[in-house]
Amino acid sequence: MPYRHTIGSRTYRFDDLKTLLARASPLRSGDVLAGVAAATYEERVAAQFALAEVPLRAFLNEALVPYEEDEVTRLIIDMHDATAFASVSHFTVGQLRDWLLSEAADAEALQALAPGLTPEMVAAVSKLMRNQELIGVARRCEVVTRFRNTLGLRGRLATRLQPNHPTDDPRGIAASLVDGLLYGSGDAVIGINPATDNPKAVSNLLHMLDAVREQYAIPTQTCVLCHVTTALQLIEQKTPVDLTFQSIAGTEAANASFGISLSVLQEAWEATLALNRGTVGQDVMYFETGQGSALSANAHHGLDQQTCEARAYAVARRFRPLLVNSVVGFIGPEYLYDGKQIIRAALEDHFCGKVLGLPMGVDVCYTNHAEADQDDMDTLLTLLGVAGCNFIMGIPGADDIMLNYQSTSFHDALYVRQVLGLRPAPEFEAWLQQQGIFDEHGLLPASTSSQLLKQLPPALR
Amino acid sequence: MTPDLPNPTPANPEADPWAGLRAFTAARIALGRNGTSVPLREALAFKLAHAHARDAVYSTLNTEQLLADLAAQQLPVCQVRSQAPTREAYLQRPDHGRQLDEPSKKLLAEQAPGDCDIVLILADGLSATAINDHAGPLLRLLLPQLQHAGFRLGPIVLAEHARVALGDEIGQLLRARLALVLIGERPGLSSPNSLGAYFTYAPRPGLTDEARNCVSNIRPEGLGYELAADKLFFLLREALRLQLSGVGLKDLSDLLPV
Repeated sequence: MPYRHTIGSRTYRFDDLKTLLARASPLRSGDVLAGVAAATYEERVAAQFALAEVPLRAFLNEALVPYEEDEVTRLIIDMHDATAFASVSHFTVGQLRDWLLSEAADAEALQALAPGLTPEMVAAVSKLMRNQELIGVARRCEVVTRFRNTLGLRGRLATRLQPNHPTDDPRGIAASLVDGLLYGSGDAVIGINPATDNPKAVSNLLHMLDAVREQYAIPTQTCVLCHVTTALQLIEQKTPVDLTFQSIAGTEAANASFGISLSVLQEAWEATLALNRGTVGQDVMYFETGQGSALSANAHHGLDQQTCEARAYAVARRFRPLLVNSVVGFIGPEYLYDGKQIIRAALEDHFCGKVLGLPMGVDVCYTNHAEADQDDMDTLLTLLGVAGCNFIMGIPGADDIMLNYQSTSFHDALYVRQVLGLRPAPEFEAWLQQQGIFDEHGLLPASTSSQLLKQLPPALR
Repeated sequence: MTPDLPNPTPANPEADPWAGLRAFTAARIALGRNGTSVPLREALAFKLAHAHARDAVYSTLNTEQLLADLAAQQLPVCQVRSQAPTREAYLQRPDHGRQLDEPSKKLLAEQAPGDCDIVLILADGLSATAINDHAGPLLRLLLPQLQHAGFRLGPIVLAEHARVALGDEIGQLLRARLALVLIGERPGLSSPNSLGAYFTYAPRPGLTDEARNCVSNIRPEGLGYELAADKLFFLLREALRLQLSGVGLKDLSDLLPV
């Protein structure tokens, strides 16, 4: 069904819902590359006017990717909670925006609504919102998850300690790991991107991480970010797997390009749950996403990249994840050209994920061929701190020497915690204080944190 | 009397007590801190590394130098461009970087010297600096090996605003059995001039990554020239012998020493 909006003497026509969403999307290079972006600034605003008038029910009646062809569409439609949707079922997209911004939309109301909203509805409403509105609404959401500690509580900001090494050298990894712990990083997860997906190599890393965690009795979880099928194999071999990781996307075809399907994820979820390794909860999945992944797999079905991204969150929420991380700036300038586009996309992803009920973290990051630098990351980091982001990355000096991109450093986490009064996850915070690394105000002088240094992990002795 | 002025403390904070761990990794660990910030010397070291990477992205092929470097091989050289008119366009439109512009197409069609085994393309990619620094030394080792083995080499093509797949169109126009692209890789903070070598057998537009083989991180601090030349020579010879490239050849390259 076509949608129209007239500005002056010119009537813009948008052939279907996905075209309308794409034309209404704030400018970014990936949508231009895909050929779905508005041709002019005026057309974009015309699309936003038209989108504001679309009833939310339209998203239940008009699948953007055909139901018969795409299991993510089927998941979205089949799992839709009509009862939760009832309170907003008479709204247009514009009215949903107005309600989200109203005082009625408190944490409880947002949480109750989440299962009633589809990713496409949330993507649509985000296109009508300014950055400050994406921040303001997301800040009201509280999404708490648990494994060996409690993540996502109000006033807390966690970090993933990411001690990557180009050749997975155990000493190199251990050195970065110890550095991170001594800077108070690692409550979200201690997670390594392995240089190889070889099961034996991944298993060695998992055993090493588990030994370090046990040695210091750290109330956190560990993960080696291998392919889900590798994790399944390792679980069968009784390897200590806390969390199962997988990159996911918003269409069946894009997921197929990652070598996954919903059934493989289901199998991995069940296998990981059966290990029963959590102490305060059993949220065992860790997902990563990012705008542009569907287009780069030529699996976007003519959708704009932000709507595709939001659909990935439907995949994520099916499996009650501990962590969902938008690796926003990693994909490169052909999808998000500069700091402005990266910042906008990150705030959209965080907002959409949170409103859909996900424990959203963001990898505040960029590559060297993007028009961005550490100043842009400081801006985004601060905005996400205000927005109540669940976690960010912690990488030595913000420089990942394995993945060759720049993210946030251990120091960056200290900064954002200090200026915004944010604290680590409660169990991890207690451990940091017990180790003499933190006091109630934050990081102590390095000379006090000696306990860890007296008993270094075996790899470093 | 001047009033007591506060000392900027610490002026140059010490590295952390665990600075010894730096021996185990090139990661930026034990940086020390000034409040919650990294010490100034570390902040500037990071900025310098990023500056090198940014400069590499916007660097251009040093054609004069390359021509001089390649003169000894006595091969014809031609220069082409992709459909990306500027660096900004190149960064946002990888599809344009994979296609020749019209004058370049015409040039190659006119110059096509008849069939050849290997056409060599020097592409700026994301770091022309990588080509400027490493193409000469690498080719001085590789080209004589190929010539000695009796392979017929086509002209050397210098390509501007080029992606890897541009080599497939060039290879087809020059009727080469195999296209070898040397290209500047995406710069990292510690590697602004890393060179990649990609090749396809039976090159033609529309091929994707699984049809290609790659030898990456060619630079003295990574895969050195001699090892890279030997590895490439072995793989190119096998690709031409087996008449394939890509996944089918991949297992073979895994057997090679790195």
